[in-house]
Formats: sequence, C-alpha cells, structure tokens
Amino acid sequence: MHELPQQLVNGLLLGSMYGLVAIGYTMVYGIVQLINFAHGEIFMIGGFGGLSVWLLLPSGTSMLLALPLMIIGAIVIATLVAIGAERFAYRPLRNAPRLAPLITAIGLSLALQQAVWAWYPDAKSSVVFPQLPGGPFHLGSVTIQTGDVFLLIAAPVSMAFLGFFVQKTRTGRGMQATAQDPDTAKLMGINTDRIIMIAFALGAAFAAIGAVAYGLKYGEVQFKMGFLLGLKAFTAAVLGGIGNIYGAMIGGLVLGLAETLTTVYVSEIPGMQQLGGQSWGNTWAFVLLILVLLFRPQGLLGQRVADRA
Amino acid sequence: MTALLEVEDLRVAYGKIEAVKGISFSVEAGQVVTLIGTNGAGKTTTLRTLSGLIKPKGGQIKFQGKSLKKIPAHHIVSLGLAHSPEGRHIFPRMTIEDNLLLGAFLRKDKEGIAKDVQRAYDLFPILGERRKQAAGTLSGGEQQMLAMGRALMSQPKLLMLDEPSMGLSPLMMQKIMATIAELKAAGTTILLVEQNAQAALSLADQGHVMEIGKIVLSGPGRDLLVNEDVRKAYLGED
Repeated sequence: MHELPQQLVNGLLLGSMYGLVAIGYTMVYGIVQLINFAHGEIFMIGGFGGLSVWLLLPSGTSMLLALPLMIIGAIVIATLVAIGAERFAYRPLRNAPRLAPLITAIGLSLALQQAVWAWYPDAKSSVVFPQLPGGPFHLGSVTIQTGDVFLLIAAPVSMAFLGFFVQKTRTGRGMQATAQDPDTAKLMGINTDRIIMIAFALGAAFAAIGAVAYGLKYGEVQFKMGFLLGLKAFTAAVLGGIGNIYGAMIGGLVLGLAETLTTVYVSEIPGMQQLGGQSWGNTWAFVLLILVLLFRPQGLLGQRVADRA
Repeated sequence: MTALLEVEDLRVAYGKIEAVKGISFSVEAGQVVTLIGTNGAGKTTTLRTLSGLIKPKGGQIKFQGKSLKKIPAHHIVSLGLAHSPEGRHIFPRMTIEDNLLLGAFLRKDKEGIAKDVQRAYDLFPILGERRKQAAGTLSGGEQQMLAMGRALMSQPKLLMLDEPSMGLSPLMMQKIMATIAELKAAGTTILLVEQNAQAALSLADQGHVMEIGKIVLSGPGRDLLVNEDVRKAYLGED
C-alpha cells in the first residue's frame, strides 16, 4: 500500500475533489472579491441533493442509471441555494464595506449547516451514500477504488468544460471582462448582475459534482462535511492563486498530493515517527500553504496586481 | 428638429456633495461637442451619468427623445450611446481582439462585427499588428486607440470620449486628435471631454466650459478659442 505510484494516484484523486470545490471560491472571489465561506455548505447540500434523488428512486434502481439523475439533482439543489444566497444575502450588500458580506457568509454557512441538521431526515449523524457496483480496478501496481472512478472521469471533464466556457463562449468572455473591470463591462452592455449570478451557479454546480464524488468515495455524507472540505478547497484556491480557475485545480492537486504523501511518508523519516499518519496530514497541508504564501503571496498561478481602490 | 442628446438641468451628487449642479446642453447628430474645464469640474461625472454608471439626482437626459434616467447601464449601449472612459479602462488580461469583440458584445451580426474589427485595425494599424497580444502590454497611447476602437465596435450613434489625450506624449496626442478629426469627417457624432482645451475647441462645433459643476460659458468652438476668459483660464495665456 505504501508504493509511491499508488500514493501519487491517491493524492491526485483527493486533490481533484478539492479542486472541484475550489473553483467556486475562486470564481466568486475573482468577480466580486468575496470569500464565500458558505460555499462549503453549498457543497454539502449538493451531497444531500444527490442522496435525496437516490432515496426518491424506486429501490433496486441500478446505480448506473441513478448516478446521472443524482448528479443532476445535486447540481440543481446546490445551484438554487447558491443563487438564492447571492440574490438575497450578498447582492443587497454589494456596496457595503467588505466585512459585511464576509460576516454574512459565515452566518449563512452556519445557518445552512444547522438547517440540514435539523430538517433533513436522519441527518443528525452520517447518512449512508449509495455505492457504485463492481470491484476495485487495477492498473499495474496501482489500485483505483470503485468510488474513485467517478472522480477520475468527472474532474477532468468538468475542468475542460469550464475552460471552454470561460475562454470560448460569449458569457465566459463577459465573465472575464466583469472580473477585470466591472464598470467598464457594463459600458460594453454586459449585465454584470447576471454574470455574478452565473459565477455563483457554476461554482455551486462544480461543488455539487465534487459532493457526489465525496459520497461515492467515502460512502456517506454528513451535515458538517462542508466545513473541513470547504476550508481545504479554499486553501487550494489560495494556493493556486485566488481568482484563477486553473490555479484552483492546480492548487487542489498540490494540496491533495501534499496531504497524502506527508500522511504516509513523514513517519518514515527517522525521528519523525510521531509526526506522520492521518491526524498530521492536515497540519502538513497547511504548513505547505504557509510556505507557498511566504514565497509567493499571490499563489502559484496568481498575478501580482494592485488592488482596485 | 430635436437633438440627438438633450441634457436638461442635470444634477448629480455623491452623497451630499453635488458634483454636477444643474447643467443643460445638447448634441445634434453629426456634431462634435466638447466639455472642457479643470479637474473636478464635473465633466467625467456627467459622462458617467449619461451612460448610466451613476444615477442622477435630478434633471432630464433624453437620447433620441427617450429618457435615459431609468435605464440600466448595460442597456444604454444598445440604444447607441458608447462611452470610452477616462483612464482608458481596457481589459488588460484579454487580447486586443477580444477587447474589440467585447465592444460588440450585444451585436449578433457576425459578419458585420468582423468587418468592424477590420475597420478598427485600418484606423489603428498597430492594433492589428498586435491583435493576439494582451491589451495590458500596450503603451498608453495604444491603449487609448484600443479604447476608442472598442467604443466604435457598438456602432454608436453618439461616441463619448473622456480625456482621450490624458497622459499621452505630444506626438501621440496629435495622433489621437487627428483620429477624432477623421471620425468627425466621417460623420460620427462625438461628445468629447478634454482638459486639453486648445485641441478640443479647434475640433468642436460647440463647446461648453465647466467649472465646479456648472456650465459657465458656451459657444461655437472657434469663438471660445478666441474668447479672452477662456484663453486666460485654459490656454495658459496672460
């Protein structure tokens, strides 16, 4: 289990899940300079949305048939909650001092978490998430768990779609323009309110895909799963350079690799046995963040730009 | 005949401070009209209000007889009012070509858009040579050309240029002014805001001098050019 290729694959898989969620932080930040701390909860709600679709389907439905419907369900629920949050919680504060929407985001995060805890049936503890059929796959010495196959496909496809959308479509170009200069974007005829809403919705959709991946990977969802994962994804976004969508994915991969490799290998360094293992993985991941930010405060792919006045 | 743009008793405030204190002027189709005056006179505020970025506190703005007061900024360009803002505000991390295409964001006629991109390159050959380059790498004067080219991409009925000569070398300034003259000769209607009064007034059919939020003097460009007060205050003569 400790062979390097296996650990690299594990790290990249974990990292691509971070990356999927990190996109939401980075897109919203890039356009409205808001750190949407409720995004972790949007991710969690996506997980419960996918699960709900499964529970509504007649029992015995094949997972291969159910999965596309679960993805759609997850995306729809997460997107609706994100759009609602933007419209009713953040938009009224668009011109308020920056701390106001930040506090709102934290409050919203707690409210969403508690809402699921209180009202989703049996969500007070972990809820079992359905699993894909079939055994693990072997590629040479590397084993890929069934639950990870989805991530292996979904992460690159999502990323390719996003890259195409932002670079090649009219709305994507409107999005870039709004991120770079919102007032001038309006002068071009771009409805910036709509663009901001689309940014929230897209971020939520990718988080929802990440949440389905999470359910398949760990076999369960919990009302508090958005907290630590949201924090990690936010870290990935900062690591990659917040505001840069490719940076979010790269940051996620680097973070996932760092966490996995340090968990396994630090304890093999003589004299550091007690600093390895699962419980130290998070610590090393954040040590990496601090190191990167010390030497590259703008993140791996971030640009050093003067803050808008 | 009604004017293309009619501004009546326009008042704009930032909080309690009135930046524009009741100004009236009009622009007829085919004319070049200029607003001149020092920093803080309210010229830029006036243009930003016309294009909907700031909501006026009072007065009327009529474009082709239609009130603009309740129309959101992103709809105004589709009515035929294009604004090249002060400080150029090109999109620095996008290519020159993408910047031009953003100027045509609301147009659907692909062929017409391609033709107008070419026209912008004809007008400013340097933009064509660097079409795939990030706009942020251009010099100040080239960025100004891009900002003007981008504004023209919406096929405006009225082109508003805010300080096109700001911060440019004398040579580049001449080039920009020559281009404005060229656009005028081609029949483009222009509302020009400038601190370079000499250049602006020589081009303008009609000029208005603004001072702390008010129009203090109006007249044909050539008349203002020889007006004694204007010469003292804005053309640096004693």
